Amino acid sequence: MIRINCPHCGEREHAEFTYGEDASRLLPANDANLETWNEYVFERDNVAGEHLEYWHHALGCRSWLKVQRNTLTHDISWVGFPHDTPPAQGEVKS
Amino acid sequence: MGNYNALNIAWQALTGNKNWQRAWRDPEPKSHYEAIVVGGGGHGLATAYYLAKIHGITKVAVLEKGWIGGGNVGRNTTIVRSNYMLDGNAPFYEHGMDLWRDMALDLNYNAMFSPRGVLNLAHTKSQYDVFARRGNSMRLNGIKAEILSRDEVLQREPTLAAANSERFPIFGGLLQPDAGNARHDAVAWGYARAADQLGVDIIQNCEVVDFIHQGEKVVGVKTSRGDIRADKIGLAVAGNSSRLASKLGIRLPVESHVLQAFVTEPYKPVINGVVTFGAGHFYISQSDKGGLVFGGDIDGYNTYAQRGNLPVFEDVISGGLSIMPSLSRLKLLRNWGGIMDMSMDGSPIIDVGPIDGLYLNTGWCYGGFKATPASGWCFAHTMANDKAHALNEAYTLDRFAKGYTIDEKGAGPYPKAH
Repeated sequence: MIRINCPHCGEREHAEFTYGEDASRLLPANDANLETWNEYVFERDNVAGEHLEYWHHALGCRSWLKVQRNTLTHDISWVGFPHDTPPAQGEVKS
Repeated sequence: MGNYNALNIAWQALTGNKNWQRAWRDPEPKSHYEAIVVGGGGHGLATAYYLAKIHGITKVAVLEKGWIGGGNVGRNTTIVRSNYMLDGNAPFYEHGMDLWRDMALDLNYNAMFSPRGVLNLAHTKSQYDVFARRGNSMRLNGIKAEILSRDEVLQREPTLAAANSERFPIFGGLLQPDAGNARHDAVAWGYARAADQLGVDIIQNCEVVDFIHQGEKVVGVKTSRGDIRADKIGLAVAGNSSRLASKLGIRLPVESHVLQAFVTEPYKPVINGVVTFGAGHFYISQSDKGGLVFGGDIDGYNTYAQRGNLPVFEDVISGGLSIMPSLSRLKLLRNWGGIMDMSMDGSPIIDVGPIDGLYLNTGWCYGGFKATPASGWCFAHTMANDKAHALNEAYTLDRFAKGYTIDEKGAGPYPKAH
């Protein structure tokens, strides 16, 4: 069971959240070329391991959260706000 | 090894079943093959079989990191259908139906294909209209489709009529009478045995960890059982496609998601065909052993763990109970999760790879089982001829960049939505 420690609400169960997407993708500039837009819209890293992603606390505070989760084990090592960056690999407490 | 036939079974029975031989060899990997298929699932085994049978390429290895039948070919709901609407999809899946019908004889293995019909339930007039449109599109592509009234639906599936305190009253349905179920393990074992008899090496417990390059070309794979070289290397690794492609610096339009499925204890016949309840996303059929096999949505987040979570479990069960309340009296025997290669438009990719020597077969979303024979047939053609067959020419890797996506649902580039 995935449980996410929401910075506003505390630890809540998975059913309260909606998955957003890979949080490492950044919107290209409007005038970026087609290849860049194609990569942004269609291609994914689809990481096996530590993955930075957005979750929406839809049935809680309704905040968007940034979560670092391991896609092989579902373990969550860090939760923050969308503008936060997770601590460097070595510093993450699991 | 010989053929399986009635005489053979009678003789084995009389001699105490002591003389059965293994269904396929367990060879050591050679250092070079004409073609390597990475992934010993249904698609990979079918590819190897058709490479040997149709294209005469018999020096083929199928590399499987686990065991045959342990991946998605053993983790599905065994549904076989071709009720697709778009031109890129319909002929491909309908060719698959032809292969399903002939499979048992072709492979000399009883795949237990049972065309018991796939019925999509409609609950509103507008849903019914959408199904009528889909049915008409299917007919234009030469696929049988029937639109059913409420009474016809309830006559076909009386168990649904018993639930007449319906929270979701049935308006009608769309039936593909030629669709149905097949035995998933038999499909894997049948293709493995038939490919093996044509000289294909099926190598289990052999994980591909990297590729061997020669200039711009891929010429082999590094595996847990040593280096193996080949002229052509095809990837048919479903949910692990991105992991392998990333070793070649390729990013795919694919995300890996987990899909859960469930089976109950065996019970007397209650469901005649396959029934899908689109309003709640639930699909159910009954295996020949009596177990009710059902599933619903994917969990909806990127994952490589072959297990899902409880919220979706609950969602699937509640969807099932709302259309078939009597399900609540049955005990669940098992549930399992498989890792789906969800593509950005819900349709697969069978294509010559962007690197010389590489071929791609991925993006099956959660419809890979029914596609097993057609996928293998087309992938073998693509690998043998370095060119797609007319049936899979729409399934290119560059269709996304070019704007030729094949999006049955019109859901856009959101893999969890397909």
